[in-house]
Amino acid sequence: MQTALIMLGVGLFAGIAGAILGIGGGVIITPILTLGMGLSIKYAIGASIIAVIATSSGSTIAYLRDNVLNLRVAMFLEIATTIGAIIGALMTGILDPKYLYLLFGCLLVFSAWNMVRKLRRGQEVLKRVTPDRIAAKLKLNGSYFDKAELRDVDYQVENVPAGFAVMFGAGVASGLLGIGSGAFKVMAMDTFMKMPLKPSSSTSNLMMGVTAAASATVYFFNGSILPGIAVPMALGILIGAVIGSRIMQVLPARWIRIVFIPVLLYIGLQMVFKGLGVQLFS
Amino acid sequence: MTEKPTTAKEMAQVETIIGRILQIGVIISAIIMAIGLVLFLVTGQSGYPGSTVPTSMQTILTGVVQFRPYAVMMLGVYCLILTPVLRVIVSIYAFYREKDRLYVAITTAVLVILIVALVIGVYGK
Repeated sequence: MQTALIMLGVGLFAGIAGAILGIGGGVIITPILTLGMGLSIKYAIGASIIAVIATSSGSTIAYLRDNVLNLRVAMFLEIATTIGAIIGALMTGILDPKYLYLLFGCLLVFSAWNMVRKLRRGQEVLKRVTPDRIAAKLKLNGSYFDKAELRDVDYQVENVPAGFAVMFGAGVASGLLGIGSGAFKVMAMDTFMKMPLKPSSSTSNLMMGVTAAASATVYFFNGSILPGIAVPMALGILIGAVIGSRIMQVLPARWIRIVFIPVLLYIGLQMVFKGLGVQLFS
Repeated sequence: MTEKPTTAKEMAQVETIIGRILQIGVIISAIIMAIGLVLFLVTGQSGYPGSTVPTSMQTILTGVVQFRPYAVMMLGVYCLILTPVLRVIVSIYAFYREKDRLYVAITTAVLVILIVALVIGVYGK
């Protein structure tokens, strides 16, 4: 009863914060549920994966209008992420929760580092790419309309096998920890396959939903999803994301992110310590 | 590239349809979840003894007919999970219309993996 209302509030907060900070709700939810409310991490992961689907479907609608998605890249790489997600979801059932805390803590520390990297990134330059046989065969090269430069940008991708392998890892992380693992997906496309950042991030958003659907199905039927927690949380996130995207336009998002980085680091270390069985102040 | 000139336009159309499906799917599941949540808050009961949660399709559907709050909430969650799956199905049809056999196969593979997840979830307890 009361829990449901609190969860609605947590979801609302996670939705707003996620939209402003540019990170998925899963990264915010699991620490709140486990460290803050003492919920078992497996149920937190179950609630979180539902939240991932809600945010992915919600934000993809916005991206589709911008026409920067690469549907073929998404579909091809989803083979890797969905297989990974199922394996990850099965591992969650077997693994000792302390490893889940450890991994999640490391993930938060990585997210903090990734935010620093994003803040320091300057103007994007289209990388020179050597024509790639696999990419051509799979018709992965594409183009998108750049709003800032007001022109169509054609791009090619390379290094498809490496991208595919990283995507498999991203799928495992997503299924195992109940996160969207957007940062890993963007890394696979942007760093390994040399796809420009804009189509990379919107394509990753589209992929998150399908990836999460694979692990969520496993979680749904094995009883890891508690409706009293997951439902108010998902509803809160859906509303929160809408509010968040509105206020993001008037807030200095960059400064909020800078302030948030140490918070993320602190929570990450807290999770690592919890995994190691060391109790810090809290 | 041997793509026909219509491809870009067709793809844009497909993406609009996919966007609409996601939108409708999210709205429908949100409505079902909200109804379940309101039921739960008003009655103050989950409709099931203790902390039991209905997880099989059969118990959920019979529970929905009996207006049990947890059953309605779980149905909403399931609809939300199905939304991206529906997107995959529509994409198969879209690639088929484009006569892109390779991507019909690739997208079908993704769908098969999602079905495998369902089988593992239901029977893998």
